[in-house]
Amino acid sequence: MQRKKECVAMLLAGGQGSRLYALTNNIAKPAVAFGAKYRIIDFPLSNCVNSGIDTVGVLTQYEPLELNEYIGNGQPWDLDRSFGGVHILSPYQAKKKSSWYEGTANAIFQNMGFMKKYNPDYVLILSGDHIYKMNYAKMLRAHIETGAACTVAAIEVLPEEASRFGILNVNEDGSIYQFEEKPKRPKSNLASMGIYVFSADKLYKYLEEDDRDPNSEKDFGKNVLPAMLGAGEKMFSYRFEGYWKDVGTIPALWQSNMDLLGAEPAFDVGDASWKIHSRNPLAPPEYISETGKVDDSMVALGCEISGSVRRSVLSSNVTVEEGAIVSDSVIMSSAVIKKGAKIYYSVIDENVTVEENATVGAPKENAVGITVLGRNITVAKGASVPSGEIVDKDYKGE
Amino acid sequence: MANSAVGVIFSNIQDKNIPELSARRAIASVPFAGRYRLIDFALSNLVNAGITAVGIVTKNNYQSLIDHLGSGKDWDLARKDGGIILLPPYSNETDAPYTNRLEALKGITDFLRHRNEEYVVLCDGETVARLDVSDIVRFHEESQADITLVYHECHCTPSRYYMTVETDGDSRVTAVKINPKLGAGKEKLYINVMVVHREYLLNIIQNAVQSGFSSFGRDILSKNVDTMRIFGYRFDGYYAGMASLAAYFKANMEMLDKNVRDELFGARDIYTKVRDSAPSKYIEGAVVKNSLISDGCIIEGTVENSILFRGVKVGRGSVVRNSVLMQDTVIGALVKLDCVITDKNAVIRDGRQLCGCEELPYFVSKGKML
Repeated sequence: MQRKKECVAMLLAGGQGSRLYALTNNIAKPAVAFGAKYRIIDFPLSNCVNSGIDTVGVLTQYEPLELNEYIGNGQPWDLDRSFGGVHILSPYQAKKKSSWYEGTANAIFQNMGFMKKYNPDYVLILSGDHIYKMNYAKMLRAHIETGAACTVAAIEVLPEEASRFGILNVNEDGSIYQFEEKPKRPKSNLASMGIYVFSADKLYKYLEEDDRDPNSEKDFGKNVLPAMLGAGEKMFSYRFEGYWKDVGTIPALWQSNMDLLGAEPAFDVGDASWKIHSRNPLAPPEYISETGKVDDSMVALGCEISGSVRRSVLSSNVTVEEGAIVSDSVIMSSAVIKKGAKIYYSVIDENVTVEENATVGAPKENAVGITVLGRNITVAKGASVPSGEIVDKDYKGE
Repeated sequence: MANSAVGVIFSNIQDKNIPELSARRAIASVPFAGRYRLIDFALSNLVNAGITAVGIVTKNNYQSLIDHLGSGKDWDLARKDGGIILLPPYSNETDAPYTNRLEALKGITDFLRHRNEEYVVLCDGETVARLDVSDIVRFHEESQADITLVYHECHCTPSRYYMTVETDGDSRVTAVKINPKLGAGKEKLYINVMVVHREYLLNIIQNAVQSGFSSFGRDILSKNVDTMRIFGYRFDGYYAGMASLAAYFKANMEMLDKNVRDELFGARDIYTKVRDSAPSKYIEGAVVKNSLISDGCIIEGTVENSILFRGVKVGRGSVVRNSVLMQDTVIGALVKLDCVITDKNAVIRDGRQLCGCEELPYFVSKGKML
């Protein structure tokens, strides 16, 4: 008997995330740090394993080095399986033609061989840029029950934001009668989450047709889904209620980090029934010194805190020296905030050093915007980075 | 160095030192310093020296140890050749499980015979120190020693069973003493780490069995300082022995010293089992001073001079001072603790006040609700 998997997940992780500016200069968006110890990709990967899906293809293209290293053999997610498990799928050279991934649909099309190897009945398409907890098994069950060719996960968004999304217009039973990609006058506020379950044979069929169409942009939302609907395929929406956040912009990334704070957070990463798995830092517990103050914050292992930290999220091995202030900020791993330095309303990437008495940003109530410091840079002693600035080189200015 | 030595860790030779903590687990798997088990230090020392095969001698109550070690992957010891090899005791109607180190060694002769490394590094699972095992093995080779004993000069705290050594100017051990009377001065305390040639060790074991010896220290080391080349490797770094519950408490508190932390955790990694806990959360109004906080904690009250393990919760208005709270301890609201050790999953209900002292910390056993 041929071995098979009921469902294979394909995770689109090639995005550059250009609206994260300095944070994605050298890494792909799904590898961006989130919530003190996670990377964005931990969420869809953990959702997969928690939903019983143990075969995941991760499609990478933009700056894949760090993402590949992070995923490794998949062991932190229990995805080091002998049949199945996690596999990095990069664009490759083929005998007849070779090309970069041209769109979401083309990326999946180019990896048809990977999917077919597992002979799946269903394929789950995911993207690597959202923070959420979702049981894909429930969605798969709904897909099987309705007998749809494709099921699209959908969430209600604020009506004023609906025109930023792919909007689904649905009948009472949840079946989809129309797709509108970023409509000017949306008929509904039911947005596509970019999560699709396809019956495998239908997916192969429409991907092949899409590949032959020279006018197609090779995109699921713009081309493949409308084509399927046009051909009269049965398509259903699957309603998701709960926290779901696109962290593709600096303000959204910042806000989503803040949503983790408090005794009753908007989004709980400590939920034992739906663990978020990740690579864990090798570091001792964090140490808060005699002079340290930590209030309304999340702090990861290996931090040494002698200054004051308020309403902030600190990743592993961050040092906050005596007299330093960190407020309303997201600090990624191994940053050093020296004596008397002040960090307000900022996102600070890995390995940044802020020298003594430097100031980064302005208190949130007076700030123009979120200040961003890119990886590995140093802010000179006494220097002052204005609010809203995005810095990706050593900063010496006043 | 990589493949010239095999490690052996005794996981419960010293269980009786801290009966409170080792009643239901081997002493090697006693939680320590917020997110570790004692054995992590011995294991990491061996792994950081490039050793890829470690036999772990167990006797009883080793469920917690097995759970901690798993396949060994967290120490990079999930391997086809070697890796972590659990060595539970043999016993049948005539042979009871071992009662001393020599019998324990006798029980693992097959393991020792089938390895092909030249040396064996023998460690007790509860020794907390950052040892450079490569350097110890190099010392052993250079001194052409039969046996190298690692010692630490200190004012020792007497435990149930301890050994001191005397050495001459060439580091040769001239005397090995078992439970000597302790004066006011410093002693060269053997810290239960030893290097020996594998073949030589096998010979010792065989002779000991034939001669009916029962104590490795008394019958072999102390009686043969003239005939065997026994050398002492002096270790000057931080060392914590686990002689008693008070010593365990003191050692935890010493982790609040930055110099100790830097030495133990700074230069090379200490590996441990990963639990995928969320980062710790400090709720508005929390006050934390001079404390180590592990992941998964949620703190609403005040914590001072304390060690919090993974997943500890401290409720609103509670004050925790000078305490060691193990994994998943739940402290309700308005609780006051001073010099308290709680074992895993302990629950202290709202309004309780518990107080011990440094010499006699108040101990709350595993899963107990007060």
